[in-house]
Amino acid sequence: MALTSETTPEAAAGTPPEAARGARAKAGGPAIPRVQLDDLTFTYPRGGHRLTGVTLTVEESEVCCLLGPNGAGKTTLLKCLLGLLRPRRGTVQISGHDVVALSARELARLVAYVPQSASTPFPFTALDIAVMGRTPHLGALASPSPADRRGALEQLDRLGVARLADRSFAQLSGGERQLVLLARALVQQAPVLILDEPTAALDYGNEVRILQVVTELAQDDHSVIMTSHQPSHALTYSDRAVLMKDGQVVANGHPDEVVTGESLSSLYGVPVHVTGVDLPTLDGSREVRTCVPIPARLAPGQNG
Amino acid sequence: MRLWPADSGRTILLGVVLLVLVVISFGLGRYSLSPVTVVRILAHEVAGIGAGVQGQDRAVVMNIRLPRILAALLVGAALSSSGAAYQTMFRNPLVSPEVLGVAAGAGFGASVSILIGLPTAALQTMSFGCGLLAAVLAVTIARVVGRGSLIILVLGGVIIGAMFNALISSAQYLANPETTLPEITFWLFGNLGRASMHSLILPSMIIGVCLIVLYAVRWPLTVLATGDDEARSLGVNRTRIWAVTITASTLMTATAVSIAGIIGWVGLVVPHLARFAVGPSFNRMLPMTTMLGAAYLLVVDDVARTATTLDLPLGILTALIGAPFFVALLAKAGRQWL
Repeated sequence: MALTSETTPEAAAGTPPEAARGARAKAGGPAIPRVQLDDLTFTYPRGGHRLTGVTLTVEESEVCCLLGPNGAGKTTLLKCLLGLLRPRRGTVQISGHDVVALSARELARLVAYVPQSASTPFPFTALDIAVMGRTPHLGALASPSPADRRGALEQLDRLGVARLADRSFAQLSGGERQLVLLARALVQQAPVLILDEPTAALDYGNEVRILQVVTELAQDDHSVIMTSHQPSHALTYSDRAVLMKDGQVVANGHPDEVVTGESLSSLYGVPVHVTGVDLPTLDGSREVRTCVPIPARLAPGQNG
Repeated sequence: MRLWPADSGRTILLGVVLLVLVVISFGLGRYSLSPVTVVRILAHEVAGIGAGVQGQDRAVVMNIRLPRILAALLVGAALSSSGAAYQTMFRNPLVSPEVLGVAAGAGFGASVSILIGLPTAALQTMSFGCGLLAAVLAVTIARVVGRGSLIILVLGGVIIGAMFNALISSAQYLANPETTLPEITFWLFGNLGRASMHSLILPSMIIGVCLIVLYAVRWPLTVLATGDDEARSLGVNRTRIWAVTITASTLMTATAVSIAGIIGWVGLVVPHLARFAVGPSFNRMLPMTTMLGAAYLLVVDDVARTATTLDLPLGILTALIGAPFFVALLAKAGRQWL
């Protein structure tokens, strides 16, 4: 996959997408945050609280990584952002628009969703899938034109997977599918990208490639909100880490400050050590933090 | 890279083939007519071109074969396009127009009408009405029990279909074995011989409007085939598209059954053929599947009325042709579905 060479930050920045228009347009006015959750509370009809009083702000060009054990409410939070669930209390605002008040079409122009995986029994091609990103921009009775298909092909090309355009989506590898879904989100031209465990089904190489693409998109004025089960994703690739447990935000801030050995140990209930690693860079070296679980045989004392 | 899908060429080609098939079909039968005569009669009667032909040739074409051919085209188009819409909406390639129990409901309406001796027009209305009732019951089950789940909707259709099939059996049990029982049985097997020009006016209008409605939602329906949450996040109002699709497809299926009886397999198999030709996007499939379905049922009905001196039941033929065809299709594309 010749991805890295084709999508360097420079190349990506050279082709500003229309998605940036919102950010530019409001540059003169008072700063409205890109994504603003205020006291968000959600309850499932039969269950207890799944989200309680979540307040969170994500700015443009920011990658926000949600961490937390299973059932912490990460996916519920994403679903509230996507308008799939209606909050019981509090608000979700995208560029100042209340999500609940928007139609599906209006919301789709503001927020694009990259699911963990897509499954359809029909043999759609990768280009068929990518062009679906045009949906919120089409007239009510229209279907995509050749120009729309050309646009979708350009986004596939931008992510280095144009050669897959005519292949059956269902027969692509996990990493290729994820890139096609990401291309569909780019076709959607929405300023906010939501990714639900984008690397859950990928091998290590594809995991790194996808996250690299995601950070490049953020530099391109997108706001990215993603969930992950890997705390190191937050440390290496995000600008903001949000730790969630039992439907509440327990920590929110710069990853290096928020993602610590103590916070991860208490979040997941297992001993974890966070440490710095010196990465060689063009101008010397830079410290990057990463986390390592502490195996029981090495743990100091009973509880780590 | 196909930016211009090559379907428009294929669709036009299929249109020409369909037209040729129609002309040939007019000539087939015990009273055989040459294509030239058929074209002369049709040109005069439909478009007012030429002097036309009088006498028996004209009577056969206009009074006997025209309604039957029109019925075959309408029923074939209605069943295959509604099958394609249901398959796309349910994201299930094994779904057919009977999925909501419409055919069983319509069959029950017809059986009861025959049992109590209603005239043809009333039978058609009863059949249509009971077909709609079945779909409404299935949707109600899904809404009340399943809170809008697609799986529950399919199960609701299975339940309602089974119930109406039991009621059909009851009607047959109660029927007079000398008179009404054979009539009910024959009706249920499917036959286009009952169609008259007069009885086709309203059905052709319903099917025409429903096809236009399906065409209007062709793109959101395509997007829905990739998943509910995804479609919603791409700006598709799922509930509205479901409602429109179910309504249009159900109306078309009930209309088709009320004209022709129960003709299985067309709505299951023909959409696969169309998908094979132009891909799974419903916007490209719809014109293809509509014309393929019309052509398919026309040819099968030609076989039904000319193969033997009897008028063979259409439902039996479509099943006999459809089953092996479906096996071949499974062998070719099945791995992708399952």
